[in-house]
Amino acid sequence: MKNKILTMKEAVEQYVQDGDAIVIEGFTHLICFAAGHEIIRQKKKDLVACRLTPDLIYDQLIAAGCVRKVVFSWAGNPGIGPLYGLRRAVENDYPRKVEIEEYTHFGMVARFIAGASKLPFMHLRTFSGSSLLQKNKNIKTIKCPYTDEVLTTVPALNPEVAIIHVQRADALGNAQIWGLMGVQREAAFASQRIIIVAEELVEKEVIRSDPNRTLIPGMIVNAVVVEPFGAHPSYAQGYYDRDNQFYVDWYQVSKNRESMERYISDWIFGVSGRREYQEKLGLDTIKKLNAKEQFSVPVNYGF
Amino acid sequence: MMGSYTSSELMVARASRELKDGEVVFVGIGLPNLACNLARRLQAPNLVLIYESGAVGAVPSRLPLSIGDPCLVTDSISVCSMVEVFNYYLQGGLIDVGFLGGAQVDRFGNINSTVIGDYNHPKVRLPGSGGACEISTHAKKIIIILKQNKKTFPEKIDFVTSPGFINEQNQRNKYKMQGRGPDLVITDFGVYRFSSENYTMFLSEIHPGISVEDVKENVSWHIDISPALVSTNPPTKEELKIISELDPERIHLR
Repeated sequence: MKNKILTMKEAVEQYVQDGDAIVIEGFTHLICFAAGHEIIRQKKKDLVACRLTPDLIYDQLIAAGCVRKVVFSWAGNPGIGPLYGLRRAVENDYPRKVEIEEYTHFGMVARFIAGASKLPFMHLRTFSGSSLLQKNKNIKTIKCPYTDEVLTTVPALNPEVAIIHVQRADALGNAQIWGLMGVQREAAFASQRIIIVAEELVEKEVIRSDPNRTLIPGMIVNAVVVEPFGAHPSYAQGYYDRDNQFYVDWYQVSKNRESMERYISDWIFGVSGRREYQEKLGLDTIKKLNAKEQFSVPVNYGF
Repeated sequence: MMGSYTSSELMVARASRELKDGEVVFVGIGLPNLACNLARRLQAPNLVLIYESGAVGAVPSRLPLSIGDPCLVTDSISVCSMVEVFNYYLQGGLIDVGFLGGAQVDRFGNINSTVIGDYNHPKVRLPGSGGACEISTHAKKIIIILKQNKKTFPEKIDFVTSPGFINEQNQRNKYKMQGRGPDLVITDFGVYRFSSENYTMFLSEIHPGISVEDVKENVSWHIDISPALVSTNPPTKEELKIISELDPERIHLR
């Protein structure tokens, strides 16, 4: 089997095309900012950016002009305020007009389940009584053939590219996550091309020693990028903490158009990749975010 | 400030008293998170906290800024994917209490957290549903917490993100929703409940130092007042002490 390791630059060049529907998943945890920044540096255009929570990473992609449409379910800076980049695009068409297609979290989760299962849609009990049912024409209803109950449906979501950040993977892309798993497994199986970004590259024996922890198997993975600290200011459980201060500060940085553009110019275009980003961030910040140790009890996989 | 405590502290204390030991509660960030963790330290040590990020039975050792904070994972009972959170826990009917906030609430407890103004040409674009719509649909009981004024309590909300009773006939029944709908609304003025006849909000408790006139001036519709109106018990010293331990930097208590 072929070693799939690429640099972030190579992976984005080869697997992210202008106009693609992309998903960089991760619910608060393991959001791959390193990949988002590389997409901005390569000036990818007209992307359809799918994610439950656009978070700061899509705020930056939108402000950099890479996105033509956002598919999402909750757009905010958690616990802090709005995403000003997204708001400027939606309210004032700046830097370009951005379309939105909006669901609830369950609606987005169901879209990824349908996508991963290669079904045309998924049915669920949500949206009834909500205005989303009128505003989003992709949300429809169906009568259950067994009970005659009316259920709502959402269409499958099958992005061209999924970028999933994980704690550890082997060179074939067998990828393990612990801590919050969000909807990464479904997003990966729903997508046509999959880039795994790992904090740590491990031997296949490490993966095989704990197979229950493998969220994404290498058989569906196209590229493996090894990028320590690649999720900052998001976090990687057991590796580094969420940089909450960054999220707090983003309120002021993003509120003003010029300061957000200055951020993009200094911290994204101003560095060649994650190593320089880390150097610019400084050891003090990195040390402060270092995870404390709390190991689980090993289990016996023997028979 | 009201006396020796803030309205946020009163709201947190009042909300936490609704929670019973052993209940399963779907926790939101901000004041609901404080209320749940306060209850866990007092009358409900076995409260099961579930966060939509997938943390089940979380025991946060610090104030989580977001519902995906790593402290929700460490020492929790289970960490599951969002597929399980929404399909098995919420739609599966395992949630006793869900907390919701929002930018606007109407007399039937319908909540808007999506947009102010026209959906396609918004005056203010808000975050949207997240899991709020399914929480309002599936949790057995809903507690709404928000700051009150004429704008947040309008005659008509601009968008229904999370259905309450929908209308005076309680249209939830038509949709066969398993959740019973909003139980109470806690604001900085008082506590509201809903009539079992027309599913409309009425004032049931009034906070110390607030007059009925103050309440009426901060609702856009004609609000009914309970004939059995009582004064909200202020937070106790113990409640205040724990609240300040939970949010020492007063991030959510502003």
